[in-house]
Amino acid sequence: MSVVFVLIIIGILVASVFLVAFIWAVRSGQFDDSYTPSVRILFDDPVSSKENQGDLQKDKPQEKQSIKS
Amino acid sequence: MYELLNEKKLTQYYSIQSSPGVKLENEHIQSEEKFAYLDLEEIKNKLLDFSDSGISKIRFFIPAIHCASCIWLLENLHTLHNGVIQSSVNFPKKEVSITFHEEKISLRQLVELLASIHYVPEISGQNLDKNPNRKASNSLLIKIGIAGFSFLNAMLYHFPQYLPGSENLESGFRLVFGWLSFVLSLPVLFYCANDYFLSAYKSLKKKIISIDLPIALGLITLFVQSSFELISDQGIGYFDSLTGLVFFLLVGKWYQSITYEALTFERTYKSYFPVAVTKITDNKNTTIPLDELKVGDRILVRNQELIPADATIAKGNASIDYSFVTGESIPVSKNTGDFVFAGGRQMGSAIELLIQKEVEQSYLTQLWNQDQKTDHESKSMSSVINKVSQYFTIVIISIALGAAIYWNFADPSKALFAFTSVLIIACPCALALTIPFTFGSTMRQFGRKGFYLKNSDVIERLYKIKTVVFDKTGTITHSQSTKVDFKGEKLTEEQLQLIKSLVFHSTHPLSKTISNSIKTVHQFEVVNFKEIPSLGITGMVNNQQINIGSKYFVTGDQSGTKELKTQVWISINKKTVGHYQFENNYREGLAETISQLKTRFDLHLISGDNESERENLLPLFHDHAKLNFNQSPTDKLEYVRNLQKNGEAVLMIGDGLNDAGALSESKVGVVIADNIYNFTPACDAILKADQFASLQRFIQFSKTSMKIVWYSFLISFLYNLVGISFAVQGSLSPIIAAILMPLSSVTVVAFASFSVNLSSKNKLRRVYRLKLFKKIA
Repeated sequence: MSVVFVLIIIGILVASVFLVAFIWAVRSGQFDDSYTPSVRILFDDPVSSKENQGDLQKDKPQEKQSIKS
Repeated sequence: MYELLNEKKLTQYYSIQSSPGVKLENEHIQSEEKFAYLDLEEIKNKLLDFSDSGISKIRFFIPAIHCASCIWLLENLHTLHNGVIQSSVNFPKKEVSITFHEEKISLRQLVELLASIHYVPEISGQNLDKNPNRKASNSLLIKIGIAGFSFLNAMLYHFPQYLPGSENLESGFRLVFGWLSFVLSLPVLFYCANDYFLSAYKSLKKKIISIDLPIALGLITLFVQSSFELISDQGIGYFDSLTGLVFFLLVGKWYQSITYEALTFERTYKSYFPVAVTKITDNKNTTIPLDELKVGDRILVRNQELIPADATIAKGNASIDYSFVTGESIPVSKNTGDFVFAGGRQMGSAIELLIQKEVEQSYLTQLWNQDQKTDHESKSMSSVINKVSQYFTIVIISIALGAAIYWNFADPSKALFAFTSVLIIACPCALALTIPFTFGSTMRQFGRKGFYLKNSDVIERLYKIKTVVFDKTGTITHSQSTKVDFKGEKLTEEQLQLIKSLVFHSTHPLSKTISNSIKTVHQFEVVNFKEIPSLGITGMVNNQQINIGSKYFVTGDQSGTKELKTQVWISINKKTVGHYQFENNYREGLAETISQLKTRFDLHLISGDNESERENLLPLFHDHAKLNFNQSPTDKLEYVRNLQKNGEAVLMIGDGLNDAGALSESKVGVVIADNIYNFTPACDAILKADQFASLQRFIQFSKTSMKIVWYSFLISFLYNLVGISFAVQGSLSPIIAAILMPLSSVTVVAFASFSVNLSSKNKLRRVYRLKLFKKIA
């Protein structure tokens, strides 16, 4: 039965790790904003990498410009 | 704006959402000097969150943030300017925090960059004093985390004791489990629950019994009894119940603490006023912070800028829009030498002002500051829960004493145990959870329907309302749109075209309103157009001389019959054809709302305006005495105060700064706003303007949630009855506590949240149905 003691110690340790992780997450501000990250993840890659798709983009601006003007 | 984005290949902006960039019209006309104050060292230091070796960090509140495209664009600021290192948006708070190189882009340039893409940050005196708000909610989360951790572990250790045959368990186990739970409960008691002890102690000092007192009492007895049992090797106590209790209480607190982060309920005059002003000294303009403004200073106020302090006009013709102050958007004309109040917004060309009073001493700011002191504490202390807990505490302690005395004679060994058992089991966890969950859910429902409360206490006050006081301008009338009526001979199509052609060239708000009211398409060429400030406009249209403006300007009649309504006179070829009359446009559904409210509440109206609308409003309000016109902000405050002195709980609905006094004096101050992120005076709740018609339903629903609170109280009393019946017999065992306490909490929480949501579906949804119905019809 003494194996239970070992289990309890392991259990407490594992739970403590999660507790510490939770406290760290709160402190580092991860719970401050629960909405924006959900939108952010849907954006495409950074703009700079889009430049090599220039051909595709070229006609688009003109189209938009005509709408604007 | 598009060009700027295109240049940097950010056209993706337009493909993120179908209607990007469609946002509230930005009235701020850019001027070169507008953000000049951001170059001032002292203001910069106050604004920056952090600044070290050329790298600075700042947070801006940008009310214009409204969609996914906004987030995307603002987070790609670094592609617009290489001085920006990183920017991230907090959408619920409508905040963007930006890290930037100060050598590459100054704070002023950064703000101008934001303004050029139409995200004008709101920088006001109030931002300068930072608030440590965020820390509080963080520490609550951490407390919940720790309490949850301890609760679940303690439950695990206690569980074996509750199974049949637990007495055969090795005593070593029991010892280890007991002491582990003891250790786990220490942080819960001393860290997580410290607020309860503190507030119980504070209210006891004031000789008030609040709900926190029985909670604190229960927690202490639980802990002492458990420790005693553990040390004397009788059992392992009630540590699971103790930690669970604290956990549930904290969760309740968290649920109740819902806040509308982007809304501000506690605005001081500082948030209205500019951060800095342009001072004129010997032909030189310098920017100085607002605090350094002194009596006798000469300042420059440009188009669209606010007047920061009471002053006289030294140069120029002012046309001042007092819509912040009174809710009235039609500007008032003032000439050189006239006195102007702080809070007005100059429309038109720049004017020079001579400061007469310091900012703090100005008429409105003074009124405002004085109200800030009329404390809010008295408002919240009278809550139902505290009243209930007074009786509750007394009854519980007397039951406990009674049980102790009885057992003292019957079986002295059980006396102490019976005493503590009663205190333990009666710990008003369920009672304390009722209010947070009922009101928390109600607040959420209200928020969804466009009624935002400052905190859940407001619901309780809303329920006690007997009298409703309305402000007129901007509250029951639309602040932006006015109804235009032409008085005189009916105008021919040609005349209409002539008038429209002329007013089209003027930027005066009255001209714009007239222009919008005339539906003709054809327009003539205008020559010799002249705008004479505070008088009118004149010009040759289609070879005809047209004058439009004040009565004196157009007709030459100086007698000035005391006309109460705003009028614009028109003459064509020196022949007066008539005048336009401006009337307030009442909000949709006003008549219905008033007639619904009238059956249950005492209605009053106080307006800063003249009596011109009395006739129109009388059929609605019926009672002459309750319609009050020409009321100054102080009069409004006094009016509400007098009503409340007679014991009436007043709900004040207003919108402008001039209502600020009355709003904070009243039991519940509701601000009505077309754009809820705009400036609103300090208040208890913000109502979206298009939800005005459902005001009555909101008040009604606050009564429903009060009923739910009473039912929940009943449930928790029933549980207590069962628990106490065990306790007085001296037969309370840890297992009964462990089952009864969480069970009662969970039932109450479930009942409260479900019934609020259910009844809100029935009672609040009608609002939408009605609207839909109207649209179809």
